[in-house]
Parts: sequence; C-alpha cells; structure tokens
Amino acid sequence: MSARTRRLAAFTGAIAALAVALSSCSAASSGGGGGGASGSDSSEPGTGGTAVGFIMVGPKDDFGYNQAVYDGSEIIKKKFPDLKVITAENVPEDDNAARTMEQMIDKGAKIIFATSYGHLDAAVQVAKDHPDVVVIQQGNTITDTVEPNMGTYFGTVYEPMYLAGIAAGKATKSDKLGYVYAFPIPQTIANINAFERGAQSVNPDAETITVSTSSWCDPAKQRSAADSLLSQGVDVITQHQDCTKTVIEAAEAKGAMTVGYHADASSLAPKGWITGAVWNWGPLYTDIVQTIVDGKFVGSEYNANYRVGYKTGENPFVLAPYGKVVDAQTKAAIETAKAFLSTATGSPFVGPVIAQDGSIAVAAGKVPTYAEVDGMNYFVKGVIGKLSS
Amino acid sequence: MSLVVDVLAGGVRGGTSIMYAGLGETVSERSGVINLGTEGAMLVGALAGYAVTAETGSPWIGALGGAAAGALLASIHALLVVVRKANQFASGLTLLFLALGVTSFYGSDYVGKSINPFTKWDVPGLSDIPWIGEIFFQNDPLIYVSYVAVPLIWFVLFRTRMGLLVRTAGERSDSLTVNGYSVERIRSAAVIAGGALSGLGGAHLSIAYANAWFENMVVGRGFIAVALVIFASWSPLRVMGGAYLFGSALALAPALQARGYGVNQFALDVIPFVLTLLVLAVLGKRTLAAAPDELKRVFENAPAKT
Repeated sequence: MSARTRRLAAFTGAIAALAVALSSCSAASSGGGGGGASGSDSSEPGTGGTAVGFIMVGPKDDFGYNQAVYDGSEIIKKKFPDLKVITAENVPEDDNAARTMEQMIDKGAKIIFATSYGHLDAAVQVAKDHPDVVVIQQGNTITDTVEPNMGTYFGTVYEPMYLAGIAAGKATKSDKLGYVYAFPIPQTIANINAFERGAQSVNPDAETITVSTSSWCDPAKQRSAADSLLSQGVDVITQHQDCTKTVIEAAEAKGAMTVGYHADASSLAPKGWITGAVWNWGPLYTDIVQTIVDGKFVGSEYNANYRVGYKTGENPFVLAPYGKVVDAQTKAAIETAKAFLSTATGSPFVGPVIAQDGSIAVAAGKVPTYAEVDGMNYFVKGVIGKLSS
Repeated sequence: MSLVVDVLAGGVRGGTSIMYAGLGETVSERSGVINLGTEGAMLVGALAGYAVTAETGSPWIGALGGAAAGALLASIHALLVVVRKANQFASGLTLLFLALGVTSFYGSDYVGKSINPFTKWDVPGLSDIPWIGEIFFQNDPLIYVSYVAVPLIWFVLFRTRMGLLVRTAGERSDSLTVNGYSVERIRSAAVIAGGALSGLGGAHLSIAYANAWFENMVVGRGFIAVALVIFASWSPLRVMGGAYLFGSALALAPALQARGYGVNQFALDVIPFVLTLLVLAVLGKRTLAAAPDELKRVFENAPAKT
C-alpha cells in the first residue's frame, strides 16, 4: 500500500512541476534553422538586406506593448517598400528568440528589432554571430561593450506617466491611486515613481498602491489584483502589463477611472478613461532603419543605449487623448509640466526626491540623468507596497 | 473591506474556474479514467466561450460553447484511452499540448475583440448579509450556477443509478460486465461530461472573470484542478471547499500587497501544490483508500479490468 502512496505523491509532484513549467511557457515558435555563415564583405552592417525582422514577446493585437510594436512595423512597411517586413509573435525570452532571429536572417533580414526586455541575451548572441546584421533591442540596457552592430533604444516612458499622474491626482476623490505591475524592473519602478510624483505635484495627499502579478499577461491574476485595489478604495487604476484589457474593464465595471498604458484603450472605458502613456514608434523606427540602410549605423547614437525624451527629441511615448473626466484646468497643468520636462533641467525627479523609507534619494536641486532614472531601484514616498527582492 | 472578506471573496471568484475543472476531473476519475488534459479542456473552453460570446453577443450561449469544446476535446481522450486502451497519462498530456497549439492559432483573431461578458448580479436580500453576502452573493451568474452544480453532481454520483454505474466503473468494472453493462460506454460518458465541466471552467475565466482571451491564459489552473481532486479525496463537496481554499491562496498575494505588505508572489503561487503534498503526506494511506480502485490500477500501470 505504501508503494501506491509514494507513486501518488510522485505523481502529484510531477503535476506541480508541469504547472510551474507551463506557467512560464507560451506556444513556442517552431525552431530549426541553424546559424548560417555570416557575410564576409566589408560593407557596413545592416546594409544590402532584403528584409527587416521584428520579434515580439506577445500577440500583435494585445491592446498593449506588442500591438504598438506591430503598428510601428506597419509604418516601416509603408516607408520602405523595397524591404520585406517579417514579424514573429509570441517569441519567448529564451533560445527560441535566437532561433527565430536566425530564421529571419536566412530569409534576407539584415536588420532585426528584438522588442522585449528579455530578448537582450539572444539579441547579443545573434549580433556576435552575424557581424553583417544589425540587431537592435527595445527597452533593455547593454552593460558590456556595445558591439558595432548592436544597440538598444527606448523612450522615457516615465515622462508621460508623470503627466498622466497629474491627471490622476486631479481626478481622484479618494486620494488612492492603484498600480498593477508585473516585475520590479527599473523601468517599471521609474514609471510608478513618476506617476506618484505627478499626482503629488497637484494633490499632496495622493498615494499610489502597488500590486504585482509576476506576469506580463495573466488576465485572471490581473482581475484579482484589480479587485484587491478597488476594495481598498482606489478610484484610479493604471498598470504596467503587456495586455491591459482586463484591468481597464474591471475598473470601469466598478465605476473607477483608468490611466492606460501602451495603447489607447479609451473604447474599453467610455466613462472612466482619463488618459494614458501610449506609443508612437513609427518615427523612431523609421529613423533607425534609415540610419542603418544609409550605412551610418556604426558610431551613431543608435549604436549605444539610446534614450529619447521630451528634451532630446521626439519621445515615442505620447499622451493618449483625454477622457471626459479631465477638465480644462488639468489640461493646462499638464501642458505646463510638459513644457518644464522639455527644458534642460526638467525631470519628474528634480531633487529633493524622498524615498519610501524617508531617506533622500536625489539631493535638492539635482536633476538625475536618463541613465540614472533607468537604474532606479527604490519607491518614492507616497508609493504603498514593498519591492520584493 | 477587511482582509479576510477580501481574500475569501477573491477565493470564490478566482476559485470557481478551478472548481468546475475539479468537478469534471472528479466525475472522470470516479469512472476510473484520469485526464491530465484538463488544462487543455479549460483552454479550449476559454477560447470557445469567448469566441461564441463575441459572435452571438450572449455569454450564456458562450458558456454552452465552452462546455461543448471541453467535451469535444475529452471525447478524443475517451476514444484513445477507453476504446483504444491507450496510456492515460500520455493521452492527456498530448491533448493538452494540442489544445495549446490549436487555441493559440485560432485564438489570435479574438485577442483584440471585446465581448459582452457576464456581469456581477447581487442576489436580492442575501447580498446584504454582512461577510457572507460580500463573499458569496455579489458575484457573476456562473458562480451561482456552481452553487447548484456541486450538490447536483454529488446527488447524481451518490444517490442515482447513473452515479452508481459511474462509480462501479471506477471501483469494480468487472461486475458491470457481468451484469451486461458496457464499461466503455459508461466511462466515455463520464470522461466527456468531465470535459464539459472543465470547458465551462475555462469559459468562466474568459467570459466572467478576466473578460479577455489570451493564449495560454489558463496558466496551470487545470493542473491545480487535478491536484485538487486528490486533495479532496474525489468528493464533489470537498472539491468545492478545496477550490475556495486554493482560490483564496491565489487571492492572498494581491490582497496583502494592496495593504502595503511585501510578499513573494512566486512563493504564494505554489501554495496549492504544497497543500496537496501536505495532505498526501499527512493522510497517506487514507487518501489512497478514497481513490477509486480502477484508478489505482492506472497508477500501478496494470491493465484495466474491462
């Protein structure tokens, strides 16, 4: 009998292991395609190709991050009719990413956009194996030497999140704002902090309560997170998730307001939509591709960890159209703040910035650089929630 | 709202999909067939429920569509393991991966679609009861359906001739053969009914709870359901309690975080499995005593007596 019990226990253990494995797996794009020999001519990397590849971590119509990438790739299709645009959805952040990029190279791509934070390792590997191909990664930071055919780029999303925070701080009646996020990566932390600082700038009592889901897209967990926030009296919810529909609809159903992220989802929340930080990748993608096909990539600003914000150029993040709840006075406050962010000394994090534990994170009068904000690892005062380690 | 009410209400809402799948697995295993494809049945149920709701505009028809899709997937399992006597573990897992691929492929059109989902409906009178009302009676209609489904399934399994046949198929199938019944037919019916319930559970996720379809959106809840059945000793009533317990474990992380506590979500996510292992360790033989005899044969890899 005890042998049977052991089998049953082993079986249950196997189920547990499977469930854990499954929760980190998405439908893998089929592999295959070994690394072909890389071009040996002396031309500039990225030139002479017939295609541009985009790999995305999720589906192209998620009302979110990946949809924005896809929309950007459509612009490339229009602007560069000679180049074929190859897109791959649901590419996991592991070896499959490298394999997918290899397949794109086999199909003639000399320019590849690896668009998820976790695609960086695979992108670096592919760039090293193919010196003739430019691999450019969205959102992460290369900490080693940047290869001549590599680069990362991103917008300063925390700037529009600061502006959205102003709108949220004005709109809230309970002074409680909610933030659903996936993982405590620096980019997310900067967003949350900027949102809270924006709200505080017009409403000193405003707090931002954070809940993490440990997943970029698990709709059932999002619903659970939204319910918990709403039951705590939160009346404005925003998020840093790849798929955004569930949280927005849960807030709307409970009569709460929404600040969107990634894409304009005002159609999902006709009553409670405030605004959102959304993407407009078209102009930046176009400029990057143009620079590469012109043979000017090596040594350019894109051959590095490129960050663009209101003060250095055209931020790919823009504010979504305002909802009904935003009044003229709030809009004016946002315009003033945006003008301030565009000045040389403008930032959501002009010192003094007080961290959650009361220590001074940025000294009075100091303006942190984009790179410093990119490395943020603390919550500011007014944010409720602990960073899990 | 107090933490306890918040967690328990979250447990009921988040646990209902797991409960439906657990009930389905219970019916199937009571007849002597284990179905590891429960996760897959939930996935096809979630997609079919969402797609049918999007096309017809009615979540009720969507729920039926979800159940039908789950039943369809389970009927393949029935064909393979009941009729063809294939290995039950292999068949179930293969069907799960089939469901993953098929739903990712056909589901992409529905990722960006909006639907008219089930909405919260407060039961008049009952919803005003402090605590109880907030936890049990301010929910969506599919949750109220489950309040009826659980005792009904218990009644059918333990108080009707049909239920007796199913349980006999799971305990002493040879006695059915002797009496002129077709074990294959009874088991197939139980497996397909189980698949329908699992599909309904998936539909609850997509058209009543998360109100969205995304590929692989079930993320392991079907396996929690399989573990739950062992945890609940193959009893529908305990499946209900266990589902709420597991659901509450899942609701604990956001509820604590919303109150400013630092928690490790990854650690909390394994609670259902740790609980199940604990039950196995503590109850040991007693858990096994509750298992249908024919199911034990599956674990021992012995040929089924049919």
